[in-house]
This record gives sequence, C-alpha cells and structure tokens, in this order.
Amino acid sequence: MSLTNLFFGVYPYIALTVFVIGSWIRYDNEQYTWKTDSSQLLSKQGMMLASNLFHVGVIMIFFGHFAGLVLPHGLWLGLGISDLAHQWIAIIAGVIFGIMCLVGGSMLWYRRMYNPRVRINSRRSDVFIITWLMATLILGLLTVPFSIGHAVKGDPAVMLALAEWVKSILLLNPQPELMTKVDPIFRAHIFFGMTVFLVFPFTRLVHILTAPFSYLTRAYQIVRTKRRLA
Amino acid sequence: MKIRAQFAMVFNLDKCIGCHTCSVTCKNVWTNRKGVEYAWFNNVESKPGIGYPKEWENQDKWKGGWTKLNGKLELKAGGRLKKIVQIFSNPNLPEIDDYYEPFTYDYARLQNAPLSEAAPTARPVSQITGEKMDKITWGPNWEDDLAGEFASRARDKNFSNMEKEMYKQFENTFHMYLPRICNHCINPACVASCPSGALYKREEDGIVLADQDRCRGWRMCISGCPYKKVFFNWESSKAEKCVGCYPRVENGMPTVCSESCVGRIRYNGIILYDADKISAAASADNVQDLYQEHLDMFVDPFDPAVIEQAKKDGITDDWILAAQKSPIYKMAVQWKIAFPLHPEYRTLPMIWYVPPLSPVQSQIDQKALPTEADGVIPKASAMRLPVKYLANLMTAGKEQPIIDALNRMIAMRSYQRSVHVEGTPDTRALEAVGMTEDMAKEMYRYLAIANYEDRFVIPTSKEEMRLEDYHGFQGQAGFSFGSASSVGISPNSLFPERRKESMEPRKPVPHADELHDVTGERY
Repeated sequence: MSLTNLFFGVYPYIALTVFVIGSWIRYDNEQYTWKTDSSQLLSKQGMMLASNLFHVGVIMIFFGHFAGLVLPHGLWLGLGISDLAHQWIAIIAGVIFGIMCLVGGSMLWYRRMYNPRVRINSRRSDVFIITWLMATLILGLLTVPFSIGHAVKGDPAVMLALAEWVKSILLLNPQPELMTKVDPIFRAHIFFGMTVFLVFPFTRLVHILTAPFSYLTRAYQIVRTKRRLA
Repeated sequence: MKIRAQFAMVFNLDKCIGCHTCSVTCKNVWTNRKGVEYAWFNNVESKPGIGYPKEWENQDKWKGGWTKLNGKLELKAGGRLKKIVQIFSNPNLPEIDDYYEPFTYDYARLQNAPLSEAAPTARPVSQITGEKMDKITWGPNWEDDLAGEFASRARDKNFSNMEKEMYKQFENTFHMYLPRICNHCINPACVASCPSGALYKREEDGIVLADQDRCRGWRMCISGCPYKKVFFNWESSKAEKCVGCYPRVENGMPTVCSESCVGRIRYNGIILYDADKISAAASADNVQDLYQEHLDMFVDPFDPAVIEQAKKDGITDDWILAAQKSPIYKMAVQWKIAFPLHPEYRTLPMIWYVPPLSPVQSQIDQKALPTEADGVIPKASAMRLPVKYLANLMTAGKEQPIIDALNRMIAMRSYQRSVHVEGTPDTRALEAVGMTEDMAKEMYRYLAIANYEDRFVIPTSKEEMRLEDYHGFQGQAGFSFGSASSVGISPNSLFPERRKESMEPRKPVPHADELHDVTGERY
C-alpha cells in the first residue's frame, strides 16, 4: 500500500470511525466527563477577546469547509457561482476568519502555556489540542498563497480535486489518487485536520456536540419529579 | 390552584453569634475537595460588608437574578439568545479572586525545617498553583466582625438611600451577622440561566440541584444566581451548589448546618404554596410589593379546601401535618417576623430571616433611648441597627414590615420580662402590637427555647412513590468499570482522567521521633 493510499484512503476512515464510535461511547458511558472544561473562573484576563475571536473564527471556518467541500458542487453552480468565484470567496472568507481564529487562538495558546493558574491545571490533552488546532490552522492559512496562485491563473482544478476527494471519502468510494495532484501543503493540512477528528472523543472538543441550542426554545424553569407519573 | 410543598428555612438573626460552626460543618461534609476549596455553600458574613464574593449584592455589576423588561419578567443578564451569544466568554462571571485564592499552609515545614535560631514558619501555599504566596490579601471571611476600614465596607449595597457617613463614627457603628446558603428559590435564576438544563427544582420538596452528569460547564448559572451561591468547581469544570442536605432531609433529619448550629437559630420545615401564583408574584411591578406577593403565595395548611387540593396534587397526609406544624409557616405567615433575603431579585427565595434586635442595654440604663410603655424595652425605630438597612436587606427598602416585626419581638420580650423578672404579667406591650398572651408564649417557646422538635419539622420523602423501578437497578452497581457506581470517572477509561490530586505538599511528614531524637545526634 502506498503512503498516499494509507493517508488519504485508509486514515480518513480510521479517523471518522474513532470520531463517531468514540464520541458515542463517551456520551453513553462518561456523561460526567462531557463538558467544556472552561478555565474562565481561574483567569478572565483577555478571555473576552481571545475566546470570542477563536470560537467565532473556528465555527465560521468549519461551516466554510462544510459548504465548499461537502455540499454538492452542483448546488453552487446552480446558484450561479462559478468555480473561480467559489474559490475567491473561499480565499477571502478563509483569510478573514482564519486570522480571527489565529489571533484568538494564539492568545488562548499563550494563556494555556504561560498563565500559571491555567498551565498547572491543564491536562496533557488540553495543551495538545490547542497546539494541534493552531498547527492545523497555520497550515490551512499557508495554503492560501497556493490557492491565490491557482485563482490568479484561473485554474480551480486543485479546489475541485479536493472537493472530489472529500466526496469520494464520504460516499465510501475513496479515490486517494486525487490527492497526488495537489500541493503538499494541502496534504499536510488535511492530515492535521483528519487527526482532529481522530482525537476528538478523547479531548474537551466533545462539548461541540452538545452546543445548547435547545435552550433557545425551552421554558426557563425545570422541575423534576420522582413520583410515578400516572 | 396547584399546591406544592417547599422545604424552607428560617434563620433567626437575633441569635446568630457568628461562630461559623454552620460554615465549617458544611465545608467538611460537602466542599472538602479539590476544585471547591474556595466554595462555601454556607458562609456567615459580617454586615455591613461587601460579602462573599465581593459585592455580590451589587447587581449593576454582576447582573444576577431577574428584572422587568417591557413589563415582562426577564433574566437581568439577558435572555436566551444573549446567553448563547455570550457563551464563549461570560462577561458576568466572577473570577476566583472575587471569592479569594484558596490557600493552605506549608505545615510540613514546621517539622521538616533544619535546626535554626528562629522558629520555622508555615508559609501560605496557593491551592490552585501550589506556589508559595507572599501575602494573603483576601479570604472567605476577611471582613469578620467589621475588620477593615469603613470605606471598604461602605460599598455594601444595603447602604443605598442612607446617609452612610454617620455610621463611620464609632458611636454609631452597627453590626450583624448574615449566614447565607442557597435560597432554593421558587423562581430560581440559576435554573433559568442553565443552557444545558442541568439545574432543576425538585417537585416534591423544592430543593434546587445541579445534575452533575448533564452539566457541561457553560457557567451561566454562576453569574445568573444573584446570591452567588452556585459555584464553579474548577477541578471538574462543573457547577456545584448547596444540595439542601437532601440525603438527610429525605430521611427527616435537618440539614447539617441547621443541626450543628450552636445558637439554635435555624428552623427547617415545609410550607405549602400555590404554584399557579409564581409568575404573577415574581412579576410584581413594584419591588417593594414582592415581599407581600411572596407571602400571598403561601396557603393555609388548615384550610379544608387547601387540604383537599393538596391531596389531589399528590401531597400526602404526613406532609400536610408537617406543613401545619411547620415553624416556617408560624414565623413567616402567622407572626410575620421572618423575611426573604433581597426579594427585589425576584427569585422568590425560601430561606427567610428574622431581623436582629440590637443590644442596647447600656443606652437604656443611661436613659438615652426612647422606650416602650414598660420603660425597659426600646422602641424598634430607635435601635442601633438602622431599620432602613434591614429593610434594604429584606424587604427591598420597605420599612414598615420590619418595624412591625421588631415590635412584635420586643413586645414578646417585654411580656416575658414582666413574667420572669417582675413576677406579674404586663401585657401593655403586647396590646400595643395586637398580640395575645398565648402568641407571646408560643413565640417565646420557638425563639428563646427553640426546642429541637419545634425547630425541625421535616417529613420523610415518599420513596415508595419514586419513579424508578428498583428491581431494574439490580446488578448495575458494584463491579462496573463505567461511571454508574463510581465518582464519575472510571480508572480504566480511555477518556480524560482527573487532574492532578491535591496541591498540598505530598511528601509525608516524618514521624517526630525520627527528627527529634532526644540525643540530638541525628542533626
């Protein structure tokens, strides 16, 4: 098996399987550990800026990737967005939200590493995950010059190949050979990104899956009863 | 009408001596763990003072509790959407320094130190970082007995609408203790603030609990509670709060803080209220009406119509009997000498307080105080503790109910003094406030004698009516690797383990004999 097959044909399935089954097991068996692990109580300094920039940035980046890579290609063409326009939108949005995330994330990383109260009460997984996310983000931002180069030449082929590859994975028809056509920086970014899914169930990232949207529609007061309901 | 029972308490501040026994027993039972060293489910504050956490009563700063927004009841910190928007960084969350940085002392040093001229010192150690601290600058009870300068304590919110400068003078200084726990509110702001729905109120007894499994640590309850009585365990990243000692209460025992109170100031019991009146009561237009609205929610447990409805709503006979014998009902409703703490937060708190009289005997002896008809007991309005201050604390600033309560307590004392000192009952003070001799005798029994069985009237929980099927639990506990029967984190888990254990020095202290050999040769 070639390395390309291993990293872009097999590894995505390992990562996704661990992500789904691991999260499922943890949700079922380890509810107590399913939490945000906020450290705001220990130090509020700079959190307003850092945490908001990081979270808004990372959420927008996630939806950007989802829209560009997972939603069907035909949808965008149908909306009258050409592939080249699509690529420019991705570049601009990616730079804006990427920099937001980079600024906020760097502040959070610095806080995690050098704020004595936060540092000593960090688990290894806390330090690892913020470092890994920042590395993934930086690799992602480093792909931007390449994308701009392609866009300037009017050639969206790399973007299309990436989207094609993502779909091939999700449709259980892996085509790792598509990845041989793209620049190595994309391959590095994708490897780091897939690893985030792999480690997801073992870190605090699980809080994402229980984002409390139901709060918006629920009644304020909650009363529980032990009595047998008639 | 929908009748519910509420486990409630009354604290008789007139007898609180600020000994902190309640705080210490509570800490030993519930918060003697990493992550909640700084948390005191029960604490006793010296008033006036800014309290714990600092300035907790200043809702302009902390945005706790409820407010009326365009005629509707709304959380002061903002509604649901605003909470979600602020979830990445809660702007109203206190920092640990607003409570205090928890500390211990390097006690081992006292035994480990090498021989020296000066006695070794045990330096303070931060329980968060494990580092030595140069100086402790704030603690759980920094203002005890009016410690510190007036300027600091004058930030107390209860001084609003008062000429506080005159209380700076030593001659006018006043002081009282305020023991505080979770109020197990009928309209709890913490429950309403919780994005994941982990906090809840129990239907049977109204105790408010935080579900440790459902809590995700979004930390909105911490700031939502206007009393700052939900705490963030920074070790587990979960909300923790006073549990009303429910394992004891369910078995008919008083809470551990109440049981251990050496001054017998705490009363536990249940009170019946009409749950249909909650939202109207909490939404009263004028904050000064909230006390009366709250009082009007309570129903008469002797009224046959109430009893019939209570039975329909699933309240059993022994609970109705307990409601009839409840010391809470007597003090809050029949005698009107107990008041909620800060009703203006609109949470309908259920720990009520008997306001303190102030010891003024020497002033009476000097004939410096106007007295009641008997010439011995001072007038309520002339007490050392300003009525306005008490009113700001308990009735949103409305003075008359406080004056009436103080007058009733004074009349009871006056009458009892005439019986025990003069030998002939003098009922003039009682008549002035419309009290009967029987009422005065009963008040005396409850307030002065405070027998155990009068203070604590707690019906046991109806375990036989529980929702769960106990047979279904068979075989589920004891040998599992999951968290079903453990503290929640199983030793074999793939998932994150506990953070490091306690910050205290782990090195075992050598036995005294090893260090201090009588011959001195080991040095």
